[in-house]
Amino acid sequence: MNATVFGKQWRSLVVGALLLFLVSAPALLPSYPLSVLTEILIFTLFAMSLNILLGYAGLPSLGHSAFFGTGGYAVGLLAKYYGLSPVLTLLVAIVAGILVALVTGPFVLRTHGAYFLILTLSLTQVLFGIVWLWRNVTGGDDGLPGIPAPKIPFLVGRLSDTANFYYLTLVIVGLSVAAIGWIVRSPFGLALVGIRENERYLEGLGYPTWRLKYVAYTIAGAFAALAGGLFAYFKGFVGPGQLSWLLAGEGMIMVILGGAGTFWGPAIGALVVLLLRYEVSAFTQRWVMIVGIIFILNVLLLPQGIIRLPQRIREIRAKLRRETTLTPPLTQPSQGPSERSVERVIERS
Amino acid sequence: MPLNTASLVIGLSYASLLFLVSVGLSVVFGLMRFINLATGSLYLIGGYVAWSVARRTENFLLALLVGAVAALVLGIVIERSFLQRLHRQELLQVALTLGIAYIVQDVTRWIWGGDPLRLRPPGFLRGSMELFGAIVPTYRVALIVVGAVLALIVWYLLERTKWGAYVRAGVDDLEMVQCLGVNVRRIFAIVFALGAFLSGLGGALGTPVTGVAPGTDVQVLLMALIVVVLGGLGSVSGAIVASVIVAMVDTMVRTAWPQASFFAVWALAALVLIVRPQGLLGRTA
Repeated sequence: MNATVFGKQWRSLVVGALLLFLVSAPALLPSYPLSVLTEILIFTLFAMSLNILLGYAGLPSLGHSAFFGTGGYAVGLLAKYYGLSPVLTLLVAIVAGILVALVTGPFVLRTHGAYFLILTLSLTQVLFGIVWLWRNVTGGDDGLPGIPAPKIPFLVGRLSDTANFYYLTLVIVGLSVAAIGWIVRSPFGLALVGIRENERYLEGLGYPTWRLKYVAYTIAGAFAALAGGLFAYFKGFVGPGQLSWLLAGEGMIMVILGGAGTFWGPAIGALVVLLLRYEVSAFTQRWVMIVGIIFILNVLLLPQGIIRLPQRIREIRAKLRRETTLTPPLTQPSQGPSERSVERVIERS
Repeated sequence: MPLNTASLVIGLSYASLLFLVSVGLSVVFGLMRFINLATGSLYLIGGYVAWSVARRTENFLLALLVGAVAALVLGIVIERSFLQRLHRQELLQVALTLGIAYIVQDVTRWIWGGDPLRLRPPGFLRGSMELFGAIVPTYRVALIVVGAVLALIVWYLLERTKWGAYVRAGVDDLEMVQCLGVNVRRIFAIVFALGAFLSGLGGALGTPVTGVAPGTDVQVLLMALIVVVLGGLGSVSGAIVASVIVAMVDTMVRTAWPQASFFAVWALAALVLIVRPQGLLGRTA
């Protein structure tokens, strides 16, 4: 009982410190770490949107980059050729993501499990191919460079461009995360978890499971497209790489390592994966192996994700405590002397 | 490109390799619900080890065997140490086997470097031969023969023996087979090891044609996943049919429209799964 009270206080302390850090980061961090942090925020949104499918609804999508890239190209084309404002381009990016989801949803949702995985992957690869071949619109493998970075107007002149875009990202990602939080905690989100656990049972209760999955798929696509649009602004560039299945795979890894089906897990996954990519590769050539080892250790030691680390530590400590101090309650009055002596031996060791 | 003898030979020899890497994956997938993303790594290990053995001993057959056994050993290690812990936890299987794939890729890059290596076929299989009036590479014809023989053996083992009946029953209803007193754990281990062996053999056999390099593992894995899913999880006949279709489409598009080659196969996969969500020969789940 005492532990949970302590845990709650501890948690609000962490959240408060984190919020304070995020708001004051431009004052604390130099330009490069700040841009890494911006990227982490964007991928947090991407991973959280994927988590709606992968973690909550149990739909293993390996094609989530299709939405990310669609949003990126929507922003790239509109900002570059029509000079539209970021509010409009990002809205169009979301609509584009929704459209892609509405069109592909009825096909992919007919499949299950591994078939779902491969079909989402295949459709993403086909989209990649179309973008690659359609040179005069998409720029083919050269992509669309020179997308002007948006700025929050009243901050121009007071902050560096990096800090300005950071705040823009922070606001958009913050609002989106809040929205996702509201969605997954709503009855709709709980029904998704029900689908993951036992779809037939939910169907039997009268839930329109197919429609729920379709809506979840569309919502996930919309948020991923928004993340992709932000990323195109962040890089000032959009290319087929942002549609690549490698990116979808990276998102999947973020979700799994951080903790699929937990709310904050994907954010931690995005943080860990991006830090691994930038930091470990900076100090050793063997970083691919190190990443591989971390994946394996993560799966074996924290199968529920890094998000469960405090809980795991508490579990292990409780287990240790039980082994050392909690032996007396197990003894029963009727036990014979021989058993008692055995227990004493155990206690001594 | 018109369908002629040459493209047929190239396509079918590629199909042989695809079948070897994907049949193990398919049965393991279907039987144990284990997603092994380290399949490409088994191919990679088989290819690299065969290359080294062939360079030391000049003995091609020995190289094939040692390459396949190296993959078998890696397969057994994966099966013994991780597989049972992660039963039915697909997401964790994905992360874990991807981690193994990363490690294997880095270790092989460390040992064999980053350049593509190509194994020379043995003397009697070098050069080209005439087949139905066309000049075709001898080694590719040999690949087709080997692939066909192995496919026949695997098909016979799984479809016509009692042991194979246990495996197929396991694909359909694992709990029921267990209740009948069949030692499923041992069957798992054997199937997994056999699949790893065939993947490694595929790598060793494929090295003279495709070469091995860091990245080969990813390409092989993606193609194997397509084949497995198109054929239908757990179906040997499905893996055979899908290997041939995927390889032929890939080969023909590669010559007719090279820019589109890398995604033609994906378009095919998408089309098949849209029409038949359970794969060509898969049963409805």
